[in-house]
Amino acid sequence: MTDSAVTVETRHLTRRFGPIVAVRDLNLTIAPGEVFGLLGPNGSGKTTTIRMLCGLLEPSEGTAIVAGVDVRESPDLIKERIGYMSQRFGLYEDLTVAENMDFFAGIYGLEGPSRRGRIAEVVSFLGLNRRLNQLAGTLSGGWKQRLGLACALMHRPPVLFLDEPTAGVDPAARRGFWSTIATLAAQGTTVIVTTHYMDEAGRCHRVGLMSQGHLIALGTPDEVAQQVGGKSLEDAFIILQERDEQEQDA
Amino acid sequence: MRRFGPMFRKEFIQMRRDRLTLGIMVGIPIIQLLLFGFAIQTDVRHIPTVVLDESRTPSSRDIVAAFQNTGNFRIVSHVDGRDALDAWIARGDAQAGIVIPQDFPRDLARGTTATIQVIVDASDPLSSQAALAAAAGVAQVRNLAILSAAAHRGALPLETRVRPRYNPGLRSPNYIVPGLVGVILTITLVLVTAMAIVRERERGTLEQLIVTPITKTELMLGKIAPYVGVGLVQMTTVLLLGRFVFDVPLTGNVALLYGVAFVFIVASLALGLFVSTLVRTQQQAMQASFFFVLPNILLSGFMFPRQAMPVFFQWIGALLPLTHFLKVLRGILLKGVGVAELWQEMLILLLFATVLIALSVRRFRKTLD
Repeated sequence: MTDSAVTVETRHLTRRFGPIVAVRDLNLTIAPGEVFGLLGPNGSGKTTTIRMLCGLLEPSEGTAIVAGVDVRESPDLIKERIGYMSQRFGLYEDLTVAENMDFFAGIYGLEGPSRRGRIAEVVSFLGLNRRLNQLAGTLSGGWKQRLGLACALMHRPPVLFLDEPTAGVDPAARRGFWSTIATLAAQGTTVIVTTHYMDEAGRCHRVGLMSQGHLIALGTPDEVAQQVGGKSLEDAFIILQERDEQEQDA
Repeated sequence: MRRFGPMFRKEFIQMRRDRLTLGIMVGIPIIQLLLFGFAIQTDVRHIPTVVLDESRTPSSRDIVAAFQNTGNFRIVSHVDGRDALDAWIARGDAQAGIVIPQDFPRDLARGTTATIQVIVDASDPLSSQAALAAAAGVAQVRNLAILSAAAHRGALPLETRVRPRYNPGLRSPNYIVPGLVGVILTITLVLVTAMAIVRERERGTLEQLIVTPITKTELMLGKIAPYVGVGLVQMTTVLLLGRFVFDVPLTGNVALLYGVAFVFIVASLALGLFVSTLVRTQQQAMQASFFFVLPNILLSGFMFPRQAMPVFFQWIGALLPLTHFLKVLRGILLKGVGVAELWQEMLILLLFATVLIALSVRRFRKTLD
């Protein structure tokens, strides 16, 4: 076990796909209850990072400790302690909302009354009551995302990974989603989220900016904005990224 | 194994909701059975035959009638010359020709060897063999009758009495229908599970699934379990239709047959799973399954006897679960034999099922690379 004040720690985390280095020497520490945003353009290594932290991809070098477990040593144990939502809807469209939740609750080892109790809790937390018998495939983007979150929360994971959770979701649903995340974090859940939207990045406690597989800025949204002279986070994002690309070209 | 239950339930609901696939899985056995049962006859009868009778005597008409009475020849026409006879066979309107020369009655009366020529279209070996055997038989019978009359003997000096056991009527359906149980199970079950994992991969649900604590074994067994039921329903359909439409006997211990079928079904499903771990897309899974179907039909002994194959192909056949299951099917259904005679095949099937599941579990990766 590592320091209990840290739920995610990466040390020189690196991942290569053939000659391409998708993530390069990443060092991060994330505290319990923190909402941490990973920002960066497509191909900057955000998704690869999250997949390594979830035990879905093996690191080429370095390692990461997630909820007290080393991803290299026991990727299966990690899966009991994390919730994960991929950018693509990963639930069964030919099952109803209730059936999807029942399945994931079962897969996470909940049985009998404790399964029913937990499902009821999650249903009321995310307001899914009136959708229970609807096929997941017929839900709108916002509802799919809530269902995805519901399934990822079944086993009360201390760490939640959300890979572009609000892609294709309307603004009202996005706002609702972020207040749910704030509630979860207030209850002590660590949330690691990737996003393209700067207004969402502003709601994170801390953000890490990624470009070409490595971290180019890290801190609270305000601190990152300060690095380029107090402009908005969006400006900082663009300026820092251009700077990084020039350095790489040079 | 506590996550097997939820996995099984989920697969079962999805299977039940996929009406098209389910319909095909139940429809295929019925259609295949009717096609094979009615269409395929390995004993070739009623070969279209033309006759060139150059002598036109009672004795020549008598011998033509003898040919027709075997049931193997159906006289479609009488022709006047050799060219016409060749033309009939060349066109394919006749597959056999009987030529009775002008000298035939004279030679017969004199006691020298009278010849009849039988021409057979051997481009189709199965029917030409039947024609050759029947033609030889006609001459044989005639010879015996003439010789025993000449020797003034009432009884023949020698006779072989062949008793066809287990299928006394030598009926094709008795041979085909039990085999068809195995063939249908192989084709449909391998295909349906070959799709199982790649479909989840293509739809993006596999990623969500492998980020949960489910073990590979729970995942694999949960995936195939609902289809064991489908396989048993398919088998029952074929057996019942075979019994009541084609009059195929169910001689032996049917409960034992179901026990072995269970193992065979698991082996077939596991084979599909294994294919599923080798391919990336549903289309590849489909192609791989079809690639696998052909050797099963040709080399398993379903239609062609394995004893007639070169040793190398007999070995390949021995690597197919279907080959062993066919022995069990025919053994139990036609011969009425049991564990004492079939334990080897049963053990081999059990071995197939275990090894294939183990291989699939080993090959499957709970990661995305």
